[in-house]
Amino acid sequence: MNGVLTLLKWVFRIITAPVWVPFWILWKLGEVTGLNAVIEAIAMSTGFYVVYKNLTRKPLRLSLTMLAIFVAFTIYGTLTAFQNAFDAGVELSADDRLVSVNKINFTQPLPISYVNRVRPMEGVASVTHLNWFGGYYQDPQNVIVTFAVDEGSFFDVYGEDLVMSEEAKAAWLGNRQGLIVGESIARLNGWEVGQRIPLNSNIFSQQDGSSDWDFDIVGIYTGSDPQIDTNSIYFHYKYFNETQSFGGNFIGFMAIKTEDPDLNEAVIKQVDDLFANSPFETETVPEKVFNKGFIEQIGNIRLILSSVVLAAFFIILVIVGNSMVLAVRERTSEIGVLKTLGFTSPRIFRMVLGESFLLSIMSGSLGMLAAMGMIGVVNNAPIQLPTLIMTPDLAIEAFTYMALLGFITGIIPAVNALRLNIITALSRN
Amino acid sequence: MTDETLYSLQKVSKGFVKGKEKITIFDGLDMSIEKGDFLAIMGPSGSGKTTLLNMLGGVDQPTGGEVWFDGSRVDKLSEGNLAKWRANNIGFIFQFYNLMPMLNAAKNVELPLLLTNLNSKQRKKSVEAALELVGLSDRAKHMTNEMSGGQQQRVAIARAIVSDPKLLLCDEPTGDLDRATADEILEMLQLLNREFGKTIVMVTHDPAAAKYAKRTLHLDKGEFVEKDLVA
Ligand SMILES: Nc1ncnc2c1ncn2[C@@H]1O[C@H](COP(=O)(O)OP(=O)(O)O)[C@@H](O)[C@H]1O
Ligand SMILES: [Mg+2]
Repeated sequence: MNGVLTLLKWVFRIITAPVWVPFWILWKLGEVTGLNAVIEAIAMSTGFYVVYKNLTRKPLRLSLTMLAIFVAFTIYGTLTAFQNAFDAGVELSADDRLVSVNKINFTQPLPISYVNRVRPMEGVASVTHLNWFGGYYQDPQNVIVTFAVDEGSFFDVYGEDLVMSEEAKAAWLGNRQGLIVGESIARLNGWEVGQRIPLNSNIFSQQDGSSDWDFDIVGIYTGSDPQIDTNSIYFHYKYFNETQSFGGNFIGFMAIKTEDPDLNEAVIKQVDDLFANSPFETETVPEKVFNKGFIEQIGNIRLILSSVVLAAFFIILVIVGNSMVLAVRERTSEIGVLKTLGFTSPRIFRMVLGESFLLSIMSGSLGMLAAMGMIGVVNNAPIQLPTLIMTPDLAIEAFTYMALLGFITGIIPAVNALRLNIITALSRN
Repeated sequence: MTDETLYSLQKVSKGFVKGKEKITIFDGLDMSIEKGDFLAIMGPSGSGKTTLLNMLGGVDQPTGGEVWFDGSRVDKLSEGNLAKWRANNIGFIFQFYNLMPMLNAAKNVELPLLLTNLNSKQRKKSVEAALELVGLSDRAKHMTNEMSGGQQQRVAIARAIVSDPKLLLCDEPTGDLDRATADEILEMLQLLNREFGKTIVMVTHDPAAAKYAKRTLHLDKGEFVEKDLVA
């Protein structure tokens, strides 16, 4: 039995080595330099030493409790970064951009002639059109967000978000099979400018029956903000329209840039009124609203993420709360002795609460560090995901939760310790 | 009451409510302790020795009467002030040592000093002096749960005297020790009384232990009685 325990202890130590080894090294350094003794003296003066020693007196229980908090905050940090990334997709949508889709459903087409009728409208700065291509590269699983666009007006509408050199833009305009790709999708597939690649569509086929299209990669664009998604690729509408076998001259949707966000309402009204009562009625909305609706179609991600985070918090609340109540109850007679020596009840209250704060903040911070590690891994992983960022807001929110956890799990044992009567405490042993 | 009086209990009563029953332990107890006294209190189990010691230590309050310590009244102090008063004036020594198992000997002794204004250097000096006095200088860094009973009780004595209190209260300090070790501890208390002028009140049911004291009081049913009546 003892052998099994020792083995388990070592397995646990080895698994958790990345967490404790840096601290162990720091500790040894402190011992050699004499810094530990200084810190110990300060800690003793403030009473923090006793708090710390109380917390660490049952290493196995402490490790398990810390692990629970650590895992919860790792999940929280990573999932919230995801949520923020999705929100950023909405937040970063330009205020002066509108999306005009078929009123029946955004998968239904619109006639290409609409573009020229919208362009001269008052308040419209520029307009372009896009078709969803349903592209994939080499393997049907490897779906790539591919649009056939009007290359002449594309950057007029998207140029503030998507940045590409003038040479690359010129090269794109001059090549009917020219394809521009986002920085992250290029990195993911190892694409470089000058490369010729085939793409397939899971919607369209060529007039000769094949479903591959050949492209020349002529430019790689970047986002003007690190959270702007650069996983999409764009090619000429003409190439698409002339080669595909379905009925031609239809577009997926129009993207309209207004002269000022204040004019959005007026432009929306003009566009939708113009095409009302036609076979292809339009529904025009700000891009923000469109993206939000699109994300909500994927599923209510926010709700799912929040539920997971909430469940994780609830579980650690129970685990940590229980372990704190136990830890303090075991020390009943010690608390009685401290009170006898002259430690006041409020001071003991603070010591117990300090212990639960220390526990949450220590383990929670380690969890957030792990979340940052996870974010780094996700951002560099060969999968198509928006760029995750640990924002200062998220860090502040995390510390608030740690403090809250420390308070909630510490308050009951702290109040018990506060009210503990010396005579009862001492007569228990 | 003279200048030499450290403690004076006047008509002190103490009772407990246990369910619907009212238990009276003391009813009009008078007692006086001189400075420099070493007093042993003996008596059968349940006679109120611990309750008396708790009242003397300010961890329990009488239900009636007056308690005067060194010229001021202490039975009306608030809980917070009483805690401060205990830290300044009383050293406690328990039967089962009651040390903190997660702290080493020196840190245990240092605990009462956290309630003073001493800085860490001054605290260190006081701790060293106290451990020296009980003969444990070489065990300062040892964990107390790895020590023998006698050594633990010596750490407890060091903790009780480190902040230089006027009165030491000991509840069965040798109750958990063998004869030889008990004698060592009692000699140490005697030394503290004789050489360092500490006033000591010790509860014991061991007549051999009581012999170390300057005088012995016998408690029975909440009253002090002549020894012959008990024997
Ligand atoms: N907190 C309490 N509540 C009720 N009764 C108590 C309490 N403390 C002590 N007593 C009772 O008071 C009497 C004296 O107790 P105590 O002072 O511990 O005696 P001793 O130490 O002499 O054995 C006992 O009968 C005990 O049961
Ligand atoms: Mg007793």
